[in-house]
Amino acid sequence: MAAANQDTIIPLSLLPNDSWGEIVAVEIMGPVKRRLLDLGLVPGTKIQFAFSSPLGDPRAYRVRGTLLALRANEAQSIMVRRSEQ
Amino acid sequence: MNNLKHPIVALSGNPNTGKSTVFNALTGLNQHTGNWPGKTVTLAAGTFAWQNTTFTVVDLPGTYSLFANSPDEEVARDFILFELPDVTVVVVDATCLERNLNLVLQVLEITPKTVVCVNLMDEAQRQGLVVDTDKLATELGVPAIPCVARSGKGLAALKKAIFNVATGRIATSPRPIRYDPNIEIALAVLTKELSPLAPLLSPRWLALRLLEQDESILQHFLPEDKTSTSSLVMQHPSTTKKVAPWFS
Repeated sequence: MAAANQDTIIPLSLLPNDSWGEIVAVEIMGPVKRRLLDLGLVPGTKIQFAFSSPLGDPRAYRVRGTLLALRANEAQSIMVRRSEQ
Repeated sequence: MNNLKHPIVALSGNPNTGKSTVFNALTGLNQHTGNWPGKTVTLAAGTFAWQNTTFTVVDLPGTYSLFANSPDEEVARDFILFELPDVTVVVVDATCLERNLNLVLQVLEITPKTVVCVNLMDEAQRQGLVVDTDKLATELGVPAIPCVARSGKGLAALKKAIFNVATGRIATSPRPIRYDPNIEIALAVLTKELSPLAPLLSPRWLALRLLEQDESILQHFLPEDKTSTSSLVMQHPSTTKKVAPWFS
């Protein structure tokens, strides 16, 4: 399953726990997009679903050596490709 | 440029980089706090002396960016832009340098008189990271000083670098950031027009904000005028034809 999914582009919100993805696109407009880019979420960046809050929203992601929390609706707009590391 | 008898140093950096530790280590007990006019953001200022020169250090709010998404970012940006500090120090976290360099590049686009303080070098070492600050300085075109502010390590070198940049003994030359060809064409047009309008600011930086339709920066130049950024640029006779296509 992993091999078949390797090139599939999915929203960050569907990335399984502990697995890594590479950001392909940030499909939000306006200040929120600017903010996400400022925090280092630019295409090509590796990102890992680290852990979830009790209700599943928000979730914590590991990116560029730091942890950051994203709401589900933000994570839905960030497209990633499954990747190693 | 401020009178070098009382040079001003702006201290910027991401949150949690030990910026305030650097501030306290630089200024010791010689500090006071105050409000930035019109904003409920507190700024602390302090002084330190180096080579018979007393430097005033202003501790700006910790921000990830200078794009004025929040009052903190706007205060930090406006201070660097309009108070014309003699030197701007950007404190970065050596353990996540990559993420911190975004702010460094944004500051370098505003002012070349910048010193990068690579803090938390001890933490980086504990994590097995080796940060080549000499290489970083070469790549950025400004001094990069390794520091452990908590224990005072590197602070003398930081003060010396601040002094040298303020007095022009070190000539900084940040590597210019090149954008897509389309943007560069638009920038060339705008920069030429803007140069005489705001002689103290980087016309390239201003042109970039205009292209982004950043309203907050325009307010500083058009206090009476309600013209929005987009209509100003659109109506500008020399830019209408060449620039307009990239806005839509």
